[in-house]
Amino acid sequence: MSKSMMSKNMMSKSKTSVSRRGFLRNAVKGSAAAAAAACTTVVAAPPEANALVRPPKPLPPDAVGLLYDSTLCIGCKACVTACKEVNHMPPDVGPAQQGWNAGGGNKPIYDSPVELSARTLNVIKAYSHGTGATKDAAENGFAFIKRQCLHCADPSCVSVCPVSAMTKDAKTGIVNHDPSACIGCRYCVLSCPFGVPKYDYNDAFGEIKKCQLCKQQLAKNELPGCADVCPTGATLFGRTEDLKAEAKRRTALKVGEYAHFPRGDIAGKVGGPRDGHEKLVEAAYQTHIYGEKELGGTQCLAVSAVPFDKLNLPTNVPENGYPTLSEGIQHTLYAGMIAPATVFAGLAYLAHRNTKNHTDE
Amino acid sequence: MSSQAHEHQPLGGRVLTLPFLICAALVAVAGVILFQRYTQGLGAVSNLNDGYPWGIWVAIDVVIGSAFGCAGYVIALLCYILNRGEYHPLVRPAVLASLFGYGLAGLAVLVDLGRYWNFYHMMLPWYAQPNSVMLEVGLCVATYTLVLVVEFAPAFLERFGIEGLRAKLNKVLWVFIALGVLLPTMHQSSLGTMMVIVGHKLSPLWQSQMLPVFFLLTAILMGFAIVVWESVMASLNFRRPMETPVLSKLAGLMLVVASLFVVLRFVDLIVRGQIGQIFGGPQSGWFVVEMVLMISGLALLIPKANRNRSRALFLSASLLLAAGILYRLNVYLIGFTPAVGPWHYFPSVKEIMVTVGVFALEIALYLLFVKKLPVMHAVHPEHG
Repeated sequence: MSKSMMSKNMMSKSKTSVSRRGFLRNAVKGSAAAAAAACTTVVAAPPEANALVRPPKPLPPDAVGLLYDSTLCIGCKACVTACKEVNHMPPDVGPAQQGWNAGGGNKPIYDSPVELSARTLNVIKAYSHGTGATKDAAENGFAFIKRQCLHCADPSCVSVCPVSAMTKDAKTGIVNHDPSACIGCRYCVLSCPFGVPKYDYNDAFGEIKKCQLCKQQLAKNELPGCADVCPTGATLFGRTEDLKAEAKRRTALKVGEYAHFPRGDIAGKVGGPRDGHEKLVEAAYQTHIYGEKELGGTQCLAVSAVPFDKLNLPTNVPENGYPTLSEGIQHTLYAGMIAPATVFAGLAYLAHRNTKNHTDE
Repeated sequence: MSSQAHEHQPLGGRVLTLPFLICAALVAVAGVILFQRYTQGLGAVSNLNDGYPWGIWVAIDVVIGSAFGCAGYVIALLCYILNRGEYHPLVRPAVLASLFGYGLAGLAVLVDLGRYWNFYHMMLPWYAQPNSVMLEVGLCVATYTLVLVVEFAPAFLERFGIEGLRAKLNKVLWVFIALGVLLPTMHQSSLGTMMVIVGHKLSPLWQSQMLPVFFLLTAILMGFAIVVWESVMASLNFRRPMETPVLSKLAGLMLVVASLFVVLRFVDLIVRGQIGQIFGGPQSGWFVVEMVLMISGLALLIPKANRNRSRALFLSASLLLAAGILYRLNVYLIGFTPAVGPWHYFPSVKEIMVTVGVFALEIALYLLFVKKLPVMHAVHPEHG
């Protein structure tokens, strides 16, 4: 917009007859009109016609992830413990959970995280309402939700990272973090729409931490810690496409039906085949599959009987990832660096011409 | 050439004045706090957390501080690109203020970076992630700081009588002047683009694809305002005649830019269908304050006579600066709500003292430089 103002300035400069006030008035009118038009185009145009929006990124065909079923979760937090063990993470001990004899050389050992942090890559959180009597009921009930990286199809953290420390694996789609490249700017922490990456503020050499879907376990054909130990199959590992089909099957189940629920890997390959179990559907599933459409889709999905906004997950979000907007602006303005180069040429010409008149500087 | 060289003069006078010593003491306090920050981590001195990973060190020291540093940008634009020679006396003080504004914003980044020892990865092509708005901002700001050093070099070379190099530099200075206008246009707008990706976490009062436009406009506006503000302050404190004729022209430009900003803000809100948010939406009070500051600042400049009154100019520049500061603070902190809460952030005393120290260092260095180097335009008897 100011560019239109600048060019306006330059044009009126060449026409010496234009008075200064007239020039100012015209500049205001002209640039306001141009800016309003541009503003309307930018903001109101549909995404597919908007030059400032880049197309969304599809999921890799072999993307893997987790399906979390809140109605199967019993809140045992075995997944939290397994995650710590497999990833060699320290305990996260709240002030109320210190051992009775903590201090004096006795280390606190009671791991009791309540939120994702630089020490906790996976956590089970609870929703409760009123009397909290009924499992999976929004009214006078309670429900669990598992929080970990959702491994977005179009991750904001990867888009913002200036030094390629956050990367998305082309095959598995796992979002990885490399602390040796990281500068600690915490733009990933700021930008993540799900509040996942965390930084250790209590360490002079703190690192960014987030779930990497136990890629070291997958490399050994073993399950991610959380899916490996889950006794009810509430956390299920698999190809995202398979998990999506499974989620659709579950959300179509009726209360009072018996259904089969697999454990471990839905395909029975990673970590070896495991038995599933039959279970009565006691609470009606929400039709909403969390992660199916949110912000371009995520590889980890969730189903629940309680609406997801009550489980403190962001629900009122667009269907395309935010990088489509920010990268859209950047890719348009800086396409091939043609626009900056052109502006530079113009500026250099004017500066060269005008500094001849100024002998000083 | 030699007569030209006397256009600028060091102000002279004592260096160790009370304001200078107060600034030095504040810098020392910040230094002690930074020792703790580097030995015990960011959490030991700041209230930064995983909901608010960016606090005042980013929002004020970098985002607002670099807007203060836009004086050199707008004056170079007027003087050399639009060929308005009448702004020439303002060039050196403006470039000096920009040099410190940007240099110290860069310093503040090193304070805030959690893994600062890797900062040079930003410059290495094999680490580069071209989709990152931050990479563009970082590289642009770093290059621009070097450009400012070159733009200010004539003052140094003049002071120490290195005329040969100065003449050589003058021949190629146009390249640096062009860069000195291009780079801030790029990174100041990108500072706005940086917050586009936070999406719904930024209140719809501020979240828009127009963020880069608003950031560029506030950069230009704050650049003008700081020149006016600084010029009035300098004439008061160093007992120099007011540069009112030049400043009144700048005032006209401030009026244009501020009006454009206000009109566009409302057009943007209407087009996005968020205009209702002004009335009682979350953080709407801050939007109202931002707009009241901006509109009262520009309203003061509408009567032409006011543009020649130093008090009105000073008040208007102060209001517009405050409006620009609040706009940027709103986008980076106040209008921001973390994804999965609840989280709270208010800067700690130590955090604030580091920010105060950064600005104190800027003022102390500015005072030192204008006294010892030919920065200010020489005062001719007919003006006094």
